[in-house]
Amino acid sequence: MATFTRPRTLKETITHYCPGCGHGIVHRLLAEVIDELGIREKTIGTAPVGCAVMMYDYIDCDMIECAHGRAPAAATGLKRVHPDKIVFTYQGDGDLAAIGTAETIHTANRGENITVIFINNVIYGMTGGQMAPTTMLGQRTTTTPEGRGMHGEGGPIHVCELLRSLEGVCYLERTAVSSPSDVLATRRAIRKAFECQIAGKGFSLVEVLSMCPTDWKLSPDKAVKFVNHEMKTVFPVGVYKDK
Amino acid sequence: MGQKVLLKGNEAMAEAAVQAGCRFFAGYPITPQNEVPEYLSWRLPQAGGVFVQAESEVAAINMVFGAAAGGARCMTSSSSPGISLKQEGISYIAAAELPCVIANMQRGGPGLGNIRASQGDYFQAVKGGGHGDYRLIVLGPAYVQELYDLTMHAFDWADLYRNPVMILGDGILGQIAEPLDIRPYRPIAELPAKDFALTGCAGRASRVVKTLILQPADGLVHHNEYLQQKYRRIEEELSLYEEYETEDAEILIAAYGMSGRIAKGAVRRARQKGIKAGLIRPITLWPFPKEPFRRAAERVSRILVVEMSSGQFVEDVQLASECRVPVEFFGKGGGWYPLDTEILEIVESMQANPSVWATRKD
Amino acid sequence: MMNNSINITIAGSGGQGVVVVGNLIARACLMEGKNVSGWVAYGAEMRGGTANATVVVSEEEIACPFVETPDLAIMLNQPSLERFGSSVVAGGVILLNTSMIQRLLERDDVEQLHVAATELAHRLGNLKVANIVALGAFIDHTRLVAKDSICRAIEDLFSAKNPQMVDLNLKALEVGADHYTLAKVQT
Repeated sequence: MATFTRPRTLKETITHYCPGCGHGIVHRLLAEVIDELGIREKTIGTAPVGCAVMMYDYIDCDMIECAHGRAPAAATGLKRVHPDKIVFTYQGDGDLAAIGTAETIHTANRGENITVIFINNVIYGMTGGQMAPTTMLGQRTTTTPEGRGMHGEGGPIHVCELLRSLEGVCYLERTAVSSPSDVLATRRAIRKAFECQIAGKGFSLVEVLSMCPTDWKLSPDKAVKFVNHEMKTVFPVGVYKDK
Repeated sequence: MGQKVLLKGNEAMAEAAVQAGCRFFAGYPITPQNEVPEYLSWRLPQAGGVFVQAESEVAAINMVFGAAAGGARCMTSSSSPGISLKQEGISYIAAAELPCVIANMQRGGPGLGNIRASQGDYFQAVKGGGHGDYRLIVLGPAYVQELYDLTMHAFDWADLYRNPVMILGDGILGQIAEPLDIRPYRPIAELPAKDFALTGCAGRASRVVKTLILQPADGLVHHNEYLQQKYRRIEEELSLYEEYETEDAEILIAAYGMSGRIAKGAVRRARQKGIKAGLIRPITLWPFPKEPFRRAAERVSRILVVEMSSGQFVEDVQLASECRVPVEFFGKGGGWYPLDTEILEIVESMQANPSVWATRKD
Repeated sequence: MMNNSINITIAGSGGQGVVVVGNLIARACLMEGKNVSGWVAYGAEMRGGTANATVVVSEEEIACPFVETPDLAIMLNQPSLERFGSSVVAGGVILLNTSMIQRLLERDDVEQLHVAATELAHRLGNLKVANIVALGAFIDHTRLVAKDSICRAIEDLFSAKNPQMVDLNLKALEVGADHYTLAKVQT
């Protein structure tokens, strides 16, 4: 009989994430996939600047903490000197789609054989709820008190759609962690992304729509509804590329 | 000594890196250092290494951050404006104590400046550059052969001290072709095992390379103290300089890199004219070789600093000579070069009119 | 000449083989065990305008690796002469490619070598070797390095990439040595 246990790759500790935050779920899924694929001892991960900066306290594999937005570049260096290892980045929306946009696009375009776990919670969490590159039109943040506007701030960046045209990209999927079925879909997507890397296919990315109840100023249950009703409308889940 | 070949400084530096076992290079095109990525784009793959043309200077230094964390000997090179862009990454690399080599073939600044050679990035290189309290080991080669030799040592010092090393060259040094003895690489010391390297945690506990230290509250203070201790140890152990005709010198010229070798020519001519001139040419710029200046300050009557900038290196000379003798300055920023004839003229006028030069300080 | 080093400037338009001439002189010096430092103008400086290379040759360690006032100069076209003609030191030597230079240098304090390098190269069947014709004349007169060293440098430089050019360049060297005229310094 199967028992629900802590994955080997997940350290036995309490995380610093807020109640209702999606990071803990994605960490667990990541750890489960690494265990399933039996790659923990050959995996090197990168931690971003953002709420997940200390994820090396939770994920038990070799890890490097990168400068804001630079994880894809550091991952490029790591993967190129260790092509036989599995390298992943774990990045938030500000990290991946604002300050690190150039690194994201060019790492994808080079077809670096790495896996990117992209947490999109449409806000800057760590710094207290400022506008993110993925913040939706009309969404209020501490730097868009009247709501994000098309004129001045521009619209939200759709990362999967943006990266789809690049030849070096082999797999793109957008999922969520706002319902049991979404969680399972995210788990499958992360596994698929790592399998792409193991097969040497190139750049793979899973964009996970995730909750930030604290900075959205919503209760955890309302935050889940926000993902399901608001975010999924702007950011449709699904496979954007699979080659 | 083997057969010499004619190589540009930039190419010689690139070849030295390969000889020293550098297996990863990331860089971005900028004049006057383009020969480095161009050379390594074919030479590194030939040696089983990796060359990546990065999308930016920022990405390049962070690729090096990753490769260094992976335990590879690695390098990036650029010129002044590009080095400014790399400063964030350099701070992280210094904080994480990752070994790597960064070359700056300096050009005129500030801003986009020009593409003539310069020494205007001295402060940036030896005093900091990026944020936080850290030091780079900084080397100031003056000849193509010296650039080659020091580049190989740079990788060793980087590994020995787990610290980034900067080669502070200039556009002329990178561009001139001089006869080069392609000496085989020999490590300068027994190098420590890279027990920090991220290679996958098979058979060991997982490792983390990080620079964020929040816990305990004074953890970062302790890390800084530890770094400072390391820097003091480097200061005690590493000091390279050339002394030329200093034994009986009355006028001492202090200059490094390209201006150092030009000044050496001026000293040679001054001696031919019977003027007791001498030269101290620091080769390590950090640590700064204070001792020869302290000694010289007891003997010489004046020091002339020659520098291809508006006055940066001169401050370290003043500190090292403890202001015991007047320090005169001959330098300009913006891609200006001194001629040995010009330096000689100044030395001659210093010899003829000691008071004129001494009062110029006021 | 202030010291024991000899400063040389070679200038022409892009494609005239200025860099090759500098390279050959530097290689020949290397073979003869001389100290040498070569330099090619780079970047925006070489877009449009003139291409120029400099070589410093010395029996002692080279201090200044760049050239402000050449002792010897090879000028392959008119704009180069306009730019560098006045910088040659008094008592120096300047070679002019008279095929491409109509207004000659009005100085009587330097030795002038005149060689119709481009026309001679045309007669050899390849305009590209005009630079080597000029070099042949230059070396024959200045004896900066032995002709044999230049021949070896040519073999060295061309045999790998352009072996068919070796013989033509060696021929061009001879032609240059045989076809220049010398305008003596008037004192």
